[in-house]
Amino acid sequence: MPAKVKDEQTVSDSQQEFLTFVLGEENYALDIMTVKEIRGYESVTKIAKAPPYIKGVLNLRGDIVPIIDLRIKFEVGKATYDEFTIVIMLMIGDRVVGIVVDEVSDVIKVDADDIRPAPEFGVAFDSAYLHGLTTINEQMIILVNIEKLISSDELGLYDNSQTVEQG
Amino acid sequence: MSKHILVVDDSPSIRQMVQVTLKSAKYQVTTAEDGQAALDLCKRMQFDFVITDQNMPRMDGLTLIKSLRAMGPYRSTPIVVLTTEASDTMKAQGRAAGATGWMVKPFDPQKLLAVAAKVLP
Amino acid sequence: MSVDMSQFFGVFFEESQEHLDTMEHLLMEMSLDDPDPEDLNSIFRAAHSIKGGSGVFGFDALTGLTHVMENILDLARKEKLIITRPIVDQLLITIDRLKIILDCYQSEEAIDWDAIQKEIVALEALLGPKGGANSDDEVIDEGFGLFDTVVSGDDDDFGFFDALDEPPAREEKSYGFYETDEGESKSQTSEPEELDELAYALSDDDFGFFDDEPDASPIIENTTDKKTNQETLVSTQPDAKTTVQPSSPAANKNVASAHAKTVPDKSDSAAKKPKIDAKESSSIRVDTMKIDSLVNLVGELVITQSMIKIVGRDVHGEVEEKLEGAIGELSRNIREIQEAVMSMRMLPMSFAFNRFPRVVRDLAGKLEKEVDLVIEGGATEIDKGMIEKLVDPLTHLIRNSVDHGIEMPNIRAAKGKPRNGTVVLNAEQRGSSIIISITDDGAGLNREKILAKAMQNGLPVNHDTPDAQVWPLIFEAGFSTAEAVTDVSGRGVGMDVVRRNIESIGGAIDIQSAHEKGSVFRIRLPLTLAIVDGMCVSVTDQTFIIPLTNIIESIQPSKAQIKTIGNEQLLWVRGEYWPLLALHELMDIEGANTDPSTAIVVLVETARKRFGLLIDALEGQQQVVIKSLEQHYKRVPGVAGATIMGDGGVALILDIESIAAVVTIPNQTELTHAG
Repeated sequence: MPAKVKDEQTVSDSQQEFLTFVLGEENYALDIMTVKEIRGYESVTKIAKAPPYIKGVLNLRGDIVPIIDLRIKFEVGKATYDEFTIVIMLMIGDRVVGIVVDEVSDVIKVDADDIRPAPEFGVAFDSAYLHGLTTINEQMIILVNIEKLISSDELGLYDNSQTVEQG
Repeated sequence: MSKHILVVDDSPSIRQMVQVTLKSAKYQVTTAEDGQAALDLCKRMQFDFVITDQNMPRMDGLTLIKSLRAMGPYRSTPIVVLTTEASDTMKAQGRAAGATGWMVKPFDPQKLLAVAAKVLP
Repeated sequence: MSVDMSQFFGVFFEESQEHLDTMEHLLMEMSLDDPDPEDLNSIFRAAHSIKGGSGVFGFDALTGLTHVMENILDLARKEKLIITRPIVDQLLITIDRLKIILDCYQSEEAIDWDAIQKEIVALEALLGPKGGANSDDEVIDEGFGLFDTVVSGDDDDFGFFDALDEPPAREEKSYGFYETDEGESKSQTSEPEELDELAYALSDDDFGFFDDEPDASPIIENTTDKKTNQETLVSTQPDAKTTVQPSSPAANKNVASAHAKTVPDKSDSAAKKPKIDAKESSSIRVDTMKIDSLVNLVGELVITQSMIKIVGRDVHGEVEEKLEGAIGELSRNIREIQEAVMSMRMLPMSFAFNRFPRVVRDLAGKLEKEVDLVIEGGATEIDKGMIEKLVDPLTHLIRNSVDHGIEMPNIRAAKGKPRNGTVVLNAEQRGSSIIISITDDGAGLNREKILAKAMQNGLPVNHDTPDAQVWPLIFEAGFSTAEAVTDVSGRGVGMDVVRRNIESIGGAIDIQSAHEKGSVFRIRLPLTLAIVDGMCVSVTDQTFIIPLTNIIESIQPSKAQIKTIGNEQLLWVRGEYWPLLALHELMDIEGANTDPSTAIVVLVETARKRFGLLIDALEGQQQVVIKSLEQHYKRVPGVAGATIMGDGGVALILDIESIAAVVTIPNQTELTHAG
């Protein structure tokens, strides 16, 4: 069922708001400003010869939007699809993309001072795609630089050598 | 009842400018983009004052004025021709065509209002 | 109460831009031996209009240049100045400068007054004896060669001729009065003198009123002798009674005949060549956003209609027939709206093509080559969104042809070719595609150089690679075989960008070339962006749409019609062997029906190939709205786009043309022998 994330109180300058989500056993978070909406998992239309983590595309109010399953890409958790599975619709630049996650939790405010660098290994994502780590209520949260991840060549979601505007 | 002015000029920006200026002084304004269009309008309705540019496609200002003067209802309607210089040749041509007066382009909108006030008591 | 002028700036910028485009076009097309007087008039008026507006709205940087342009054109239209090629060149340079000035005003950047001044001087030089001006005639050109700055030193820029309230004043004042008929004969006599003396002077008067005096007429006859049509009208019998008016029949006839004279000229020349006179056509400007939202709404209508159809399938009994009838009616209406809306977004290709004559002229001139540009099919219509994206790639390709394709004139002559190279830019519609081609009769692509560079870059080619695979190599990134990166076309932005730009609008580009004969670059674009009639087909539970324009027919073949040669299956139908392509293989779908004799084959065709597509089942014909995949994802090979079905799900629309690329047409004669 689609639900919108509310933007709440004002955030002070050094703080950023993140939406936390779960993949497998770990807690992650991404910049709340990129979140367009949150839906349950619906069936997608497959795209031939796409990598397995690109599940396909679906209709988001008239727009054809790709859905990717990070659990498959980074081999975390089990890629199951049931009534609890969530898709977070993100707006990255002009484009919309949905990512499949196991669960969505709270919106947290993180101070820039509280972000520690991520270790080189032990984390599913390449540290290049991370802002770092933070701890909330003794739980470690991995802060993902979702824009960088989604537009990366590694994910291959977009044609990055895209149209250069000069003639 | 407010006076009805016809403004004829092939430049949309000038037409707009003149229209807004005259309307601000509560005149009723209609515009046409060349002499032919203006003539067609004049055949169907009566204007109290006509301001026309000289250089326009299809039918220029002087031709328009002459044609208007040949029409009964417009024998003595005030008509002002917009010219780019006030040389005597231009003036003579205007007068010969039957214009009531002339005005140099570019003009200050206030002058336009002064002229209108003069011809439309 | 003063009026805020800035509210009119936008309109002024737009109309001035149009005037500049018109002037440029007319100058480029003008025959120097026999210039069309109507064209000269139009160019004159365009310059005059910009000058007028520039003064009123305070864009002074435009005034000086347009004033001299106006003078030049005025002389030209009065046949007092012959337009020569250097004059055209300088006028074109002026037009470029004016465009720059307009841009500066619009973006509030600094104006280069020095450059403007230099160009004014250059223009004025054209008016000198070298320019061929006939100065034996009485000079009626007011203020020629000078800045016509509005000297508003005096308050009164206007004058009244008749003695309304004002006393008669001396003629040199800021305003002037012509006497009324209450007998100041002095005015009569003084006027001719005044006229002579002041004929060349800039008067201070900015406006004035004439009195109703026939005594003005003698003057008129003097001054109107050698003038244009309109003015000769005046020199007729003055009506002694009231105003000077051509009220007498003779005068009227002159008016009519003079007017009639100009009109046929116009229609003649209009018949000769199409004119870009925006005012002649009846059209209105509409914000593209409004049209886009209309297109979307119509798209939604189509989807809603499909939903109703689906619901309608569950309706039975008496109501069924009525409902079907109503749905049919609805479909027809929606189709009509849709065609009307789509056609709103369509623009003729000439919008994109118009700039190229200038591009070619300037580039050829710079390179000292002689090149003729021939444009065909400018009336072919294409979606507005596509035109904008085509301009850059087309520009690059055309510059390429002129720079690298066409040889220097002496080299061409030595080869026995005409000194003038020809570049043909053509657009035409073929089926559901638009084909744009750029053909040159130059040296052709250099196979050896391309191969050398490719092998250097480690690409898998060798000297036996067929041409058809060699030419596309130039689209690979980093591939510029230009000796030096000339600033003309090889700015490091190569053919790879051209191809990507074309592919981003769903198109494709291919090349043909022959040594010493020339090259052809062919761009294929999908015709409509938004709505297509398609046949829904399914493979297992996945639905695909095949555009109806590609479908010949659908059949369920018998076992006998299927021939297997090696791994390939061929279908014998309609008297020949058709290659068979299984959609499930193309789309990587498991569990599909692989037996053609129990499945369905859809016979499809493209411009050059025909083949059969093996599917599980036909689901019915439907009109679908094409939604872009590239908007949020990327281009998928073999897929033209996606659509939203009545149940909200997404179906992919097949791009038969690109699928055809992987099909090899069997050699029919070989096969019949193999039997």
